[in-house]
Amino acid sequence: MLEVFQYGFMRNALAAGVLVSIACGIIGTYIVINRIVFLSGGIAHAAYGGIGLGYFLGINPVFGAIAFSLVSALGMGWVHRRTRERADTIIGVMWAVGMALGIIFLDMSPGYKADLMSYLFGSILAVPASDLVIMAVLNVIIIALTIAFFKELQAISFDETFAFVVNVPVDRLYLMLVSLIAITVVMTMRVVGLIMVIALLTMPAAIAGLFVKDMKRMMALSAGLSVLFTFIGLMLSYYLNLTSGATIILVAGVSYFISFMLKKFFVKKQIAVQE
Amino acid sequence: MKNEPVIEIKGLWAGYEGHTILEDIDLTVNQSDFIGLIGPNGGGKTTLLKTIVGLIKPDSGEIRVMGKSVDDGRCHIGYVPQYVDFDRQFPIRVWEVVQMGLLGCRRPLQAINKVDRETIQFALEQVEMVDLRQRSIGDLSVGQRQRVYIARALTSNPQILLLDEPTASIDPQVAGAIYELLSRLNKTVSILMISHDMNAVSSYVKTVGCLNRRLHYHGEKEVTEDMLEAIYGCPVDLIAHGLPHRVLSDHSHEGVAHA
Repeated sequence: MLEVFQYGFMRNALAAGVLVSIACGIIGTYIVINRIVFLSGGIAHAAYGGIGLGYFLGINPVFGAIAFSLVSALGMGWVHRRTRERADTIIGVMWAVGMALGIIFLDMSPGYKADLMSYLFGSILAVPASDLVIMAVLNVIIIALTIAFFKELQAISFDETFAFVVNVPVDRLYLMLVSLIAITVVMTMRVVGLIMVIALLTMPAAIAGLFVKDMKRMMALSAGLSVLFTFIGLMLSYYLNLTSGATIILVAGVSYFISFMLKKFFVKKQIAVQE
Repeated sequence: MKNEPVIEIKGLWAGYEGHTILEDIDLTVNQSDFIGLIGPNGGGKTTLLKTIVGLIKPDSGEIRVMGKSVDDGRCHIGYVPQYVDFDRQFPIRVWEVVQMGLLGCRRPLQAINKVDRETIQFALEQVEMVDLRQRSIGDLSVGQRQRVYIARALTSNPQILLLDEPTASIDPQVAGAIYELLSRLNKTVSILMISHDMNAVSSYVKTVGCLNRRLHYHGEKEVTEDMLEAIYGCPVDLIAHGLPHRVLSDHSHEGVAHA
């Protein structure tokens, strides 16, 4: 089975999968426990505007995507902090406008745009070595900031009102968190595509959250699950000749469903035993 | 130092987005005070506490905490809010919740050291929750969780505790234990507590204030008919609800000096 890894592109794919899984395990945990899946979806789709801009200006679309997702993340994060009740509306607006901007920019850009689909559905099999380096650097940033601010991020996620009262800089930490989400989104986009970024950011963390009640373990478990899903998905897509990004997501989705059932069954049994 | 007030509020007006709720509040909380704050729903009790900790900005007037502005002074406050809106699934342990009290009022990026761990341990001992320190917060009962929030407020080594209905939705026995705990803590910290529980107010607090947009506080334990009339607009309530006689009795006015 492992003979597929004699191909360089498969080795790169697996390396990309592992790197993305680490980021998704950590950041996905924050997204799930803060219930900001929708905000993350908004960031992902606004990033598409940056890809369009990248093509329009003739620069690497990844840099456009990073810029757009950072700006939109900070904008949405700020709105989310200020006006809790209507934040979802504004996120919806930025979601749609970002996507539309991307398409308009692409309309105005001359030349060949076949690579575009790879941003929508991912291109884990075409990740160049240079992108692996970028991913590794982003991972180091994410891990370093998470370790440095672990207690504070946990505090603002659990009870931001109390954190504010004891003078934790809630706003700045929150904006840092959405910025980390933004760079994770751009990283994940290369692997599973814009449309399915959210799946990899939420499903492994959601599964982990069903079984562990400790944040560090939740991060480790969801990163591990994410690696597993990427590996199984890659294998299946190779042997069954399916789109890799979509296959990875379906593996995660099926696992999520099974875990949910297992958990339900397990909890029921536990209650029965207690009685 | 001895006589410096812990909290000093002068001519405070505050509310939400143009709706004034607190009108012309003057209040001085001194060291070793234990003030019970009563009043009708919507009378501004929670608003007053939120204004003291800076969650609501005053429209006018001044609040000093330990002689400092609210932003600096709230490091001396241990705040126990009424509701902590939380998710039972949230992956956080009792120890980590209590640790939150230590995070803000110190140098950023400082790791939790031995002294901090002892502080957390001590706070947990105070509320008798040491055995459950590794439990997930979602697995606790309401009363246990309330104890954890009190412990969290204690870790910042507060000069004053602000408690917003600490025994709401807790059964009377557990509530009694929490009031006993507060009485013990009151030996070293001042307490300002909102409560609907008149029994508790009469048995544990040293002085009572009534708040219905305006504050009626004379540094005394008795709830006078004047106060109740001003608050509820109906002195009959006094008898109808069978308030404990102690509250109304004419015993020594130990708190008078504060007024």
